[in-house]
This record gives sequence, C-alpha cells and structure tokens, in this order.
Amino acid sequence: MSSSARDVYVIGGNRIPFARSGGKYLKASNQDMLTAVIDGLVARFSLNGERLGEVAAGAVIKHARDFNLTRECVLGSHLDPTTPAYDVQQACGTGLQAVVQVANKIALGQIDSGIAGGTDTTSDAPLAVNDDLRKTLLKANYAKSPAQRVQALLKVRPNQLAPEQPKNSEPRTGLSMGEHMAITAKEWGITREAQDELAVASHHNLAAAYDRGFFDDLVTPYLGLTKDQNLRPDSSVEKLATLKPVFGKGEGATMTAGNSTPLTDGASAVLLGSQEWAHDHGLAPLARFVDAETAAVDYVHGNEGLLMAPPYAIARLLERNNLTLQDFDYYEIHEAFASTVLCHLAAMEDAEFCKTKLGLDTPLGSIDRAKLNVNGSSLAAGHPFAATGGRIVALLAKMLHEKGEGSRGLISICAAGGQGVVAILEGSK
Amino acid sequence: MTDGYTKFVNGGFGKKIAGTVGLPQPTVLRRYKVGQDLLEGPAAIAGVGEAPALEVVRKVLADSGVSVVEAQADSTYDSKLSAIVFDATAARTIDELQQLRATVGPAMKSLGKNGRIIVLSAVPAQETDVEAAATQQALEGITRSLGKEMRAGGTANLLRIGEQASDDALAGPLRFFLSARSAYVSGQPVTIDAGDVPTVEDVHVPLAGEVAVITGAARGIGAEIAKVFARAGAKVIAVDIPAAGDSLAKVANSIGATALQLDITSPDAGERIAKAVAQHADKLDIIVHNAGITRDKLFVNTDEARWGSVLDVNLQSQFRMNKVLLDPSVKGGLKDGGRIVSVASISGIGGNRGQSNYAASKAGVIGMVRQLSQELADRKITVNAVAPGFIETEMTAKIPMGTREVGRRLNSLLQGGQPVDVGEAIAFFAEPSSAAVTGQVLRVCGQSQLGA
Repeated sequence: MSSSARDVYVIGGNRIPFARSGGKYLKASNQDMLTAVIDGLVARFSLNGERLGEVAAGAVIKHARDFNLTRECVLGSHLDPTTPAYDVQQACGTGLQAVVQVANKIALGQIDSGIAGGTDTTSDAPLAVNDDLRKTLLKANYAKSPAQRVQALLKVRPNQLAPEQPKNSEPRTGLSMGEHMAITAKEWGITREAQDELAVASHHNLAAAYDRGFFDDLVTPYLGLTKDQNLRPDSSVEKLATLKPVFGKGEGATMTAGNSTPLTDGASAVLLGSQEWAHDHGLAPLARFVDAETAAVDYVHGNEGLLMAPPYAIARLLERNNLTLQDFDYYEIHEAFASTVLCHLAAMEDAEFCKTKLGLDTPLGSIDRAKLNVNGSSLAAGHPFAATGGRIVALLAKMLHEKGEGSRGLISICAAGGQGVVAILEGSK
Repeated sequence: MTDGYTKFVNGGFGKKIAGTVGLPQPTVLRRYKVGQDLLEGPAAIAGVGEAPALEVVRKVLADSGVSVVEAQADSTYDSKLSAIVFDATAARTIDELQQLRATVGPAMKSLGKNGRIIVLSAVPAQETDVEAAATQQALEGITRSLGKEMRAGGTANLLRIGEQASDDALAGPLRFFLSARSAYVSGQPVTIDAGDVPTVEDVHVPLAGEVAVITGAARGIGAEIAKVFARAGAKVIAVDIPAAGDSLAKVANSIGATALQLDITSPDAGERIAKAVAQHADKLDIIVHNAGITRDKLFVNTDEARWGSVLDVNLQSQFRMNKVLLDPSVKGGLKDGGRIVSVASISGIGGNRGQSNYAASKAGVIGMVRQLSQELADRKITVNAVAPGFIETEMTAKIPMGTREVGRRLNSLLQGGQPVDVGEAIAFFAEPSSAAVTGQVLRVCGQSQLGA
C-alpha cells in the first residue's frame, strides 16, 4: 500500500434515460439495466476486454436472486470477466457511496481504475410472500414426516396468499418518506410556491440541457427511450398549482406529485481512475474527486427531520477542506422533494440551526441559486434510488470540465434512515 | 435481409427447376474471409505489345501464390482459370484490339466460378493521338460488355493507369479487384495516377494502427463498414446520432471500437470528432462520411423540411466537418496523406423517382469528391466515393416485394449486394496502397442497369 493518497479522477459516465415506474422499462430487470449502462460506458471509453480494478454498484430494491448483482452485470458486459465486483447499498446514497468506495481505493493505490454505479426499478420490484405464509411454508419444509408436513400445510389461510408489497416507509416510524418530509417542510415553513418554482426550474433546465446536446455523451438510449420519461419541458408554476397535495395533512399541506420525485426505473455508472491510468488509456479526466462525507441524524426520536442529514455532512466536509459554502461554481442538491432542497438551504442559512445543531459560530450561509441544479435534477429526471448518485457525479464532472480547471462543485444526496452523502469535485483540464 | 430466391436456385431441387425453366440463376458470391487466398485457381495474363504493366501483375500474383499462365490466342487451359488480366495500356490502334478479342475470348470460356477479368488501360484523356484515345476508350465499352456476359458470379473491371502512376501504384487496386472483396463490383472503371504508394506489410490488415472515423455506424451499411475497418486493423471511432446510441454501443463493443454519440449536423460536429480522435492519436487517418437519410416524396410534393434535412445530413454536414478536420492546425484533424471516403448512391448518378432531394445530395457528394480530390492532391489526401446500388439492408427490406425484386435482379450478378460489399470498397479506398487512387466514384452495384 502506498503511504500517501493520490489524485482520483472522474473520467466520464453513462446512464440510460430514466423511465417512470410501470413505463418503458416495465420488463427490464436491475441486471438488464446496469449491464446496459456498463456496456454503454465500455463503448464510450473503448474498454472492451479491459480488466478494471473493480466495479461497485447496487440497488436499493433488490430481488433475493440478485445477491451478486454487480458481478453478474460485469460477467454479462464487455469488460474483462476477471474484473471483480461487489454490491453496495446505502439507500438513495448508494450510487454516490459506491463512487466514494472506488475513489478511495484508487487514492490508496489499491486499484487504478473502477466503475461505480447503481440501478433501481420499482416496476420489476420483488414481491415477498406474506410473512405468515412464509413461516408456515418453512415449518412444512422442516417437517420430519409426511403427516407433519400435511398438518403444517393445512394451516395455510386464503388471507396469507396476498403478497407483501415493498414499502417506501421507514421501519422505525411507519411513516413514508413523503410524510416525514411534509413534517420537516412545515417546520421550516417552506411554501408551496417555492417548491413549485424549484420543480419547474428543474424541468426547464433539464430540457434545455437535452436540447443543446449536453447529454450526448452522458446518456445512452434504452428500450426506445431517448430522454427521461418524466421530463415535462412545458411544465409551469400555473400547471403545478392545480395539483392536489399528496403528503401532509390539512391546510398546510404543500407537497404534490409535481414537486416530489416519482417512482422511477433506471441505472447509471461512472468511470474513475488515476491520472496515469487515464493517460495510458488515452482518456481525458473531467474532474478530480476531492473528498466526501457521510452523516446520519436521529430522526427516530424526533431530534431531526428524516432527510436533514446533508447539512451536517456539508458542514463537516467544508471544515475539513477549509472551504466555505460559497466557494463553489455549482451545487448539485438531489431533489428527493423540492422541499428537501429548500429545507437544506434554509437550515444552512439559519443561525440558530447552524449554532445548535452544527456547532458553528456563523451560519454556512446562502448560495447563489443560479448555480443550483443548473442542468436539472431528480424532480425532472426522476429518481431510481441507487442510480441518482452516478447521474449527478457524471453530470457535475462534465459541467466542471467545461467550466475549466480548478472550478468546484458540491454534491449532496439525502438518503433513507436519516442519512446523507456529500462530495466535492474539482474541474480538470 | 436474405435473398431466398438465390438460396433456392442454388439448392439441389431449385437448381434443377431453374435450369429447366430457364429462370435466372444468381450465384452465391465468394466473399472475403481473413487469411483467404487471393484467387482459387490459376490466372491467365496477356497484353498488347510490350505490356509494361504485366511486370507488376506477375509480382502481385506470385506474392499471392497464384500460378500464372502466359496466355496466347491459341492457348488451351487444362484447369479452370480464376482470373484473366489483359494489359492493353500499350494499345494505340484499333487493330490492336483484335489481340484482346483473340486471347481473352478462349480464356473466358475456361473461367471458373466467381471469375475475374481485369483490363488494364491508359487514360484516354491523356492520349495526344486521336486513334490512341479512341482505342483506349474502346476498352471501357469492351469491359462493360464483358461484365454483362460474365456468368457464375464473375466480374470484369477496367483499371486505367495514368502517366504519373508509379510502378507500385497498380498493386493495391489489382489485388482488390482480383479478390473476393470486390464481389459485387463489376463493369466499373477506376483510374490510378499520381501518389506515393508505400509497400504493404500485411495485406490482411492493411489499416493496422490507423484511426478511422465512420459516421452513421449504428446500423446497416455503416455498421458493416465499421466491422470491415476493424477487421483490417483500424482503430474505429463509430459515430451516430444520440438517439441511436444503444445500437451504436452494441456495434462498437462487438469490434472494440469507440462509440461517439453525435448529431453530424450540429455546428460543432467537426470539433467533437477531432476531440475524440485526439484522445487516441495526434491525427486522424481516415474519415468515412457514411451517415445519410432519405425523406422520399415526389418532387412536386417535397416541402422545405424534407428537402433541407436530406441535403443537410447527406451533403452540407460533410462540408462543415471537413472544414474543421482539414485544418492542419486542428489536433485530431486529418493528417496529410489521409483519406476521405464518402458514400454516394446510384440515385445520385441515375436519379430516382421520389428521390430528387436524395439524388441531389448524393450527386452533390460526387461533385464534392471530384473537386476536393484536386484541391487536396498536394497534401496527398485522397478523396473518393462509393456509390452503392441495391444493397440488402433493413431499409431495402421494406421496399414492396415487386419493386424490391426488380431492384435486386436488374444487374449483371442477378442479386442484391451485401452491406459488407460496400464496406470492402470503402476500405479499399482507405488503404495505404490506394494512395494513387483519388477523385474516383466506384459503383458497388453488381453492374446495375439503374443509373447506368
């Protein structure tokens, strides 16, 4: 192992257009999508038959048969089959956490190159057997005589045949993510108008980026989809104002289907490497991976909102890197809900929050909103949980490369379980 | 994309029926495989007077392990010939054409399947003597007629050797027209003239180490061009529109190429190609302008958009990309001694009902190639075009059956060509040994009657 860390670079990325749940990718599995994404990356960067250091990726919602999902995808791809792979899972932070893992190994000199990614489908989601039925079947399986087996199976009841649906709720509170967010949004006094404005900007920014060909080398079409299915280029505040709230209760409910991300299917992957590896392969790095931080908050006992971990992570990351919140050219704050982004921004501006929760004498302050999610984010593109990190890292790396050497970008992704993953990238020539 | 009829008449029962009833009997053409022998049997050679070009012909045949029969008017042949090469470059009088008739005639009777006739001539326009010019021009009429009389997959082509052609300049083109790579090319003249022709290291990987950009490579003819180039040793950058990115990635991964998703009509297409090239090499060796679209309508019903988009994609975009790639100061631009090969069409030669816009663009390509080749001659860059005839692709498979059958059979080889045939012809122009071939438009059409 080398004694000091070396620079790690984002060389490029690839994703498939994101599809609305039950849409174009109805029949595509996580393995199908991630394999397609890896192969698109292989084609873009001439990696055919190449042995990489490793591939780290994952899915939040996974079938039991996908116990070795990423390795299976590598075997199905045009990478050298001797490329090792493993699965990562940290809810919506999966994709970015996979990038951190691979980047750290490259920094340490343990590997020279790697792919980090993620995939998720809510269309091809696993359905679990009803827990009562599962116990009955297990009992029958362990029965020692045919009589015992019959006796066990006789306990099956019709109501046990309904499958257990995968839930989008926190096991410890029973509340859905949206319901949690509605509580936090109310606490921070986030208005419906501000949320709708953010959502409209996301759609308009994403549509404009597609129009000017920005995604030509970031996205590979898949199953007839060439752009994100959720994208509404003609979205407007007036149209969004007509939607009824879906999260929160009563008068103060502000969160609608328009300012919340829909369930989405998709996959993404990012190619990382050392300077030497990139050079040897004739590849020009887009951005340097500078640093990352993960935080978690105690949302269970009511001390903090479920999706409020990112400001904690950002505060620690900035301090470690001697940076202020204003030292960035671009901010990529994942739009789980429009209110999530607005709560983070409000919290970081709030002196009280920054002092009592983050332990800062002066608040992190505000950001220039013109630098926020300038090429659209999850509200427009959609949010296949584990694929969001890869989408953002590749997108920001390209933006920083175009901006120029030394330009800086901040990524922030909130995740279930009260967690948040944040990272800094720096543009390279 | 299968031609069921050709399969049928080449099977036992179908062959019998077709023979009895007198149906046309297309032959399954011999096509190139890596390591394949140049020819399957002996070649007969002859010529007028001193036949100065035969020296190179003998060398090429000997290097390829082909046994040579020096043909005379009264020669008889024990075994089936695979090729006849007749050097008429020294013919100056109409009477001398009798020698061709007398020697090639008997040899032609002994040609086996997929036989080749190659007539070598001078360039008529370079002759100062009128009878010599007429004599040399007569060779084209003869060769085109022989192409139509050839049987069992045979082809006849004319190679014109210009005054400035070096001794080695003939070797590459000769090999191509003798080989199975020119399976679907017949009745065509090609001129060889000035150019520095290098010695060939390995005829099976003529493009080893070269970087080639191929547009429209996601499917059809473009995908096949990419495959031929990869087989020939080139590092391929496969370009197609972003919307075709998934099939482009599949093509690229199947041959170890790089996929570049790019709309060639975008203003910065040339820059983006140069940038992609620069990641692999300082300079680009070959650009193949293959991308093209059709928006068919009768002329009177063709609106501005149908007219404009076809001309923009098929012709205008090539100008814009060339402008950038031909700038010597651009990193990743085309090198001196590089190659430009464009895909034209027999529609651009003969016109086509409902294709005024397409024919305009493809005829425009031919005009561009002829003029640009002269402009770039001092930089040793060659510029050529291939004009495909009826090629069996997904696109032609959609033509209604009656029309399709006519298009398919109305040529000397009685069948449609394969996309690989176009790829082989383009690769031929791209090879280092084709340095003396420029400004040419080669039809890959089985000597189609259309546009003839």
